Amino acid sequence: MSAASIALNRFGLGARPGDRVDGDPKRWLLAQFDAYDPRPAAIASLPPSATIARDLADYLEQARQLRRANGAQPQQPEQRRGPVGYVAPQAMAAGDAMTAQPAMPAQSAAKPPLSAAEQARAFARKQGREYYGGAVAARSLAALNGPSPFVERLVHFWSNHFAVSADKLTVVGLAGAFEFEAIRPHVLGNFGDLLGAVERHPAMLLYLDQAQSVGPNSVAGQFVARRRPGQAGKLGLNENLAREIMELHTLGVRTGYSQADVTEFARAMTGWTVAGLNEGTRARFAGTEGTPGAFIFADRLHEPGVRTILGKNYDQAGEKQAAAVLSDLATSPATARHVSTKLARHFAGDEPPPALVARMEATWLKTGGHLPSVYRVLIDAPECWVEVPVKFKSPWEWSVSSLRALGTRELQPQAMVGLLRELGQPVWQPGSPAGYDDIAASWVAPDAVLRRVEAAQRLASRARDTIDARQRAPELFPAALSSATAQAIARAESPGQGVALMLVAPEFMRR
Amino acid sequence: MISRRSFVTAAGGVALVAGFAPQMLFARALTERRFVFIIQRGAADGLHTLAPVGDPAYASQRGNFAEDFAAAPRLDSMFALHPALTTVYGLFQAKQASFVHAVASPYRDRSHFDGQNVLETGGTSAYQLKDGWLNRMLGLLPGTQGKGIALAATVPMALRGKVEVASYAPSGLPDASDDLMARVSSLYTGDAQLHAIWEQAMSTRTLTSDLASDNGRNAAATGALAARLLAAPDGARVAMIETNGWDTHAQQRGRLANQLKGLDALIGGLKTGLGPLWADTLVVVATEFGRTVRVNGTQGTDHGTASVAMLLGGAVNGGKVNADWPGLADAALYENRDLKPTIGLDAVIGSAVAAHYDILPNRAMAALFPDVRQARFMNDLVRV
Repeated sequence: MSAASIALNRFGLGARPGDRVDGDPKRWLLAQFDAYDPRPAAIASLPPSATIARDLADYLEQARQLRRANGAQPQQPEQRRGPVGYVAPQAMAAGDAMTAQPAMPAQSAAKPPLSAAEQARAFARKQGREYYGGAVAARSLAALNGPSPFVERLVHFWSNHFAVSADKLTVVGLAGAFEFEAIRPHVLGNFGDLLGAVERHPAMLLYLDQAQSVGPNSVAGQFVARRRPGQAGKLGLNENLAREIMELHTLGVRTGYSQADVTEFARAMTGWTVAGLNEGTRARFAGTEGTPGAFIFADRLHEPGVRTILGKNYDQAGEKQAAAVLSDLATSPATARHVSTKLARHFAGDEPPPALVARMEATWLKTGGHLPSVYRVLIDAPECWVEVPVKFKSPWEWSVSSLRALGTRELQPQAMVGLLRELGQPVWQPGSPAGYDDIAASWVAPDAVLRRVEAAQRLASRARDTIDARQRAPELFPAALSSATAQAIARAESPGQGVALMLVAPEFMRR
Repeated sequence: MISRRSFVTAAGGVALVAGFAPQMLFARALTERRFVFIIQRGAADGLHTLAPVGDPAYASQRGNFAEDFAAAPRLDSMFALHPALTTVYGLFQAKQASFVHAVASPYRDRSHFDGQNVLETGGTSAYQLKDGWLNRMLGLLPGTQGKGIALAATVPMALRGKVEVASYAPSGLPDASDDLMARVSSLYTGDAQLHAIWEQAMSTRTLTSDLASDNGRNAAATGALAARLLAAPDGARVAMIETNGWDTHAQQRGRLANQLKGLDALIGGLKTGLGPLWADTLVVVATEFGRTVRVNGTQGTDHGTASVAMLLGGAVNGGKVNADWPGLADAALYENRDLKPTIGLDAVIGSAVAAHYDILPNRAMAALFPDVRQARFMNDLVRV
């Protein structure tokens, strides 16, 4: 690969026709920091999380009324779809993906009174159709048309690092808003700010159950324990988000924190919740009234007291307590190493070179987690400019680079939803808070490659009259197209077949 | 003879139902004709479709390829039809199929891309015309006669142009064709990781392609689908069907037999589906260019020049092979390798379309193939 080809394909999202790296490829990448648009038109025109959360609030209220009317046990359909361990993406069969599909078609005509399951399906359908599909299209358009493909790639990286998964009912509609509101504004800022925005977003608070965590000694916890002893067991501390922040978002697994640290952190986090999802006395009592979907610190849910986490005492009051913990986690050496390793893996290969990780870690600690400084280490690293491809593209990367190669500028609303589902990487739906794997072994599989070839043929059949792959391929891979690929394209049976072969050539499968 | 008999029948009709004669005649005249263009992408070997077994040089040039025609039906003293084309042979016997051999478009190089562009645009060189001859043909047809449809996800070049046309792809995602799979295999041979993965993928995959798969049933279904679209009251009257997989550089005998079997099933599906409408249907089957006369080292053939075109349907004045046969002896070959073209494909299509729609041949040619200076019209391809 030439340096220009590496800049376009390994750092960027793949070349578009006409894309050229003039002069120094490193400078070309750095210039994208200035050109980056955190809120492009396609995204700005989407409904904000407040609108989506209002629908969610309505649904939750209906579900509560239904339960009261039926006198049934509290039933929370979304619980069944919650994260249930770590499902490797390749283990997610097509059939499973279909059942979790947000835009699932109606099983039967819904007649009142709706059962809880029917109500959940109708809600998921609406959220999928109106919000999830639109958000996937907007993300894709930003990736196809934006001025900073390298920064867009980083957005996708962080969105997967801080994964929420749209197979949980309450997350379907909010998954896109999470990336647009929490990730995009902070991708070129400090890691601590990014972390703070992510952990306060309703999608994350709902996905990892923080929204329902109640301190046992909080005002609300004590009230329930006194007045409704039977309910006490149902309300309480939820450690899910606290654990995943330490294990996945910051320090990394087995880096020296204990179960006691997780529990203490969970206590500090109590009160961090989502406003406006409860109505009436319940909300007034908990102190969670407000604009649906907004982050709120509900003091009445907060566990009082000083917390000790990783040997340090946190005596701050209210929201500031967990914020102080997050701030320390963001600049911890373990976090610097864990996140630098993942970033290095994304650009320098599945086995990230330890020397590169060490340099990134040092920069991280020196700058307090200033992300552009860390990215600069990557750009300057010879390990990221080795001439052989170091990464096998994920389905998302392959799809985006294919559409860019074909010069696609517009999309049918559900086109990318369907394509990524077919290729085995539904957008924002990794099925686990660990996100999708970033190693070839997860994506190089016979059926996966076969599906890419089939998708390539379909994409090519739509583009064949406007694209001559004999000219396009050398443009996409400047000074890096193999003669074998050029020859296969030239000998293709038809222009369309030439385009299909270009899209599945070894050069195109990797970066 | 045939047109005379039709005339007599029509006259008898007038006599029998005198009172309704004007409407009846009018209705007869307005019977909407159907036209189907089947493109064979990849350069189909005309010499292995309709073999000139009577040519003295045939056996020596084609070697063991000739075995496929040992028991094949003979259409006349020169030509034998590939045994996989059973439906087509039935049509030939019913005088509903004819062939034009040693035929070629004006294109004389050997690139599929450029050759298909010439075949579809109707130009004399690649990329010079921006719309397709089939679309320009729609512009000549009155009213609903000019409704066109492509059986494809997108409209192919031949149907692109000023007249709006529909496209319809069978539901579900079509599997990639065998031919593409084979090419991907060869593309990955130098790549250890992808080669190993691909070998596994291929070993577990049931081979399919649009034409040869499922013992021809998919192709028959495509023909039936086209028939439904063409028979619907408000449906299209002109359709284009694409077939792939004709680029037989290696192991041609087996591959081509499957391809032809698929094509035969497609035509069978079309004929059955159209029912009585088949009587007013013209199907043209053509490819961008032919293949080398001599067999190559991998039991295949390479890109050549002249090939064969088929005219099928109840509207065809069939039962014969039209050829100004150039011969297969070395000295007779084009550039010492290909079958020499002696008839222009544009003249064949122009003549057939003119007769099918009762348009003046010069007018049809000017619209469909505007850059062809001199065309030798063929008068008896279609019943008028």
